[in-house]
Amino acid sequence: MEKLERRLGLLSALPIGLLLLLSFVMPLALVAGFATMPQKVFELAHLPDFSSFAVIWEQGYYKSLLRSLGLAFLTTVILFVVCWPLAYGMAKVFGRFTLVITIMVVMILFVSENIRLFGWSLSLMKGGLLEGHMRSWFGFGFETPLYDWPVIVFGMCYVYFPFMLFPLAQGISLVPDDARLAASDLGASPLRILLEIEMPLAAPGIMVGSLLTFVLSAGAVAEAKLLGGRTVIVLTDDVESAFTFGQNWPLGSALSLMLIVIVSVLALIPISRIDLDVIMGRKK
Amino acid sequence: MANKSFVKIENITKRFGRFTALDRINLDIAEGEFLTIVGPSGSGKSTLIRLLVGIDDVTEGTISLDGVRIDTVPANKRPTCMVFQSLALFPHMTVGQNIEFPLKLKGVAPEVRRTRALELLGLLQLPDSYYGKRISQCSGGERQRVALARALAFDPQIIVFDEPLSALDYRLRKTLEKELKDLHARTGKTFVYITHSLEEAMVMSDRIAIMRAGRFEQIATAEEIYSRPVSRFVASFMGEVNLFELEIAADGAAKWQSVPITVSAGKLDAGPGWRGAMMVRPELVRFLEPGQNADFTLPGVLATEYALGSRIQYAVKTEGGSVTVERPFETRLQAAVGSPVTLGWDRGAVHLIAEAADGKA
Repeated sequence: MEKLERRLGLLSALPIGLLLLLSFVMPLALVAGFATMPQKVFELAHLPDFSSFAVIWEQGYYKSLLRSLGLAFLTTVILFVVCWPLAYGMAKVFGRFTLVITIMVVMILFVSENIRLFGWSLSLMKGGLLEGHMRSWFGFGFETPLYDWPVIVFGMCYVYFPFMLFPLAQGISLVPDDARLAASDLGASPLRILLEIEMPLAAPGIMVGSLLTFVLSAGAVAEAKLLGGRTVIVLTDDVESAFTFGQNWPLGSALSLMLIVIVSVLALIPISRIDLDVIMGRKK
Repeated sequence: MANKSFVKIENITKRFGRFTALDRINLDIAEGEFLTIVGPSGSGKSTLIRLLVGIDDVTEGTISLDGVRIDTVPANKRPTCMVFQSLALFPHMTVGQNIEFPLKLKGVAPEVRRTRALELLGLLQLPDSYYGKRISQCSGGERQRVALARALAFDPQIIVFDEPLSALDYRLRKTLEKELKDLHARTGKTFVYITHSLEEAMVMSDRIAIMRAGRFEQIATAEEIYSRPVSRFVASFMGEVNLFELEIAADGAAKWQSVPITVSAGKLDAGPGWRGAMMVRPELVRFLEPGQNADFTLPGVLATEYALGSRIQYAVKTEGGSVTVERPFETRLQAAVGSPVTLGWDRGAVHLIAEAADGKA
């Protein structure tokens, strides 16, 4: 009987296991395969060859990698600061109004990310919606904020906002009200309560939210392209050009592989330290 | 009790929307006193202590401590500290970090904090090895002690307890009640404790305040409340007492549910037309042997007996209703269940609660 149950577990896991193998592990293996192919040839016979990685170093592609990671980090920090008060309100203060906010935020996701970003691009461009109106009404305009790195960060904050907001609200709802009251009763100022009680107790939510936004921003393509207009080259741009104009699949794969490895390592450290069961509310 | 009003609560009213939780409450607490507030859920006792420690703001009235108004001082600057019903220990900190938390906020040096935390662990009979333990590794009783140690580390002028023992099993609760009383004696701090159990209040308190629907029904020593409750409501908190709904007829006869209780002449301190409750404790009701007499007598039939360990309790069915009698186990009655008995008690055992004094009851 016990044997059967154990086999049942394996059997139940089989469909999703196969699907993951096909759609997740195989592409990764392919990327790894291409990454270790010699430059400018298309054959798998000479594996492994690490010349692509040498190119990354020699031709300075690592700079765009660092740029991508830096922008993603900045996005994560800004989103955390912006989302905390709103998430706090949703978890503790707003009551039924929380549902309204949730629906409003989710509805934004119904429109494709590219279309929304394109909307921003049209609004912010010189002679666009904002500047154009301002110039016709008041006779003076302003320099467009487009085509620079801050607007890329703005775009990523805008797009990945829900991915920080909801985990954060979930995390804050894990903080018992009594713990906050007790801390205040024991003499803690609101700032000390935030730093020593609320943030540590909401840590699972903070981790999940930060990971989601960081990983998504590091791999983002559209923001840099539509708002940055290729003035700021991020890693994903390099990957795309390597696969398209460059026709250098090994280089593209090697760049992807580096991003995948770095982001996975960064993600695995916190994941190994938090208990996902807690945030799912399955145990206290 | 040198200072008769260390804490002075004057005319406190607290409203939540249109609901009045506290209605013009007055209370004086002496320095070093152990005061317990007893009341059913919704009576306003929790509201009152939340006002006292500053978690909620008063609607009207003032609270002063040692002559200084504190109701306008924010919770984190008030010299009061509460032990929550949930204990509100910080699960992400060790036992030691929990206890040191208020000291850390005051900027006390780490070594001094540690020494003080270990001292407090000792005072609450927890071994030093608990210093580094996680809260999740502590049992219910140990958590109580950690919460208390943390409150003491804050060194407040008043410690307020919001039913912290209610979640524990009976035996542990009894032990901790005694320890708390002991701790009160050793620290000399002012304790304000709230509970819905009068029994718990009796074990520990110097004075007991009985609360009902946002007002105090009676504030007195345990002994006073036990022997002279001002109302049926207070009496009903005492568990097993006999309350005879009495009506004195025009001819002076005492009737309980229209059943006469025989009273010797001049032994009832109430005249014709009096209505109210006569309270008699079960242990003061006797079984009368033939020929014996008592100031009050009532015939009945022995219905059930319950052994309560050191005591034995009887339910006696009479025409007016059931009467409870209690006596030491050694003096167990020889009569069988179902046999007729005569109950008797004396004037000294009687406490009268007049209808007028009782309000809504």
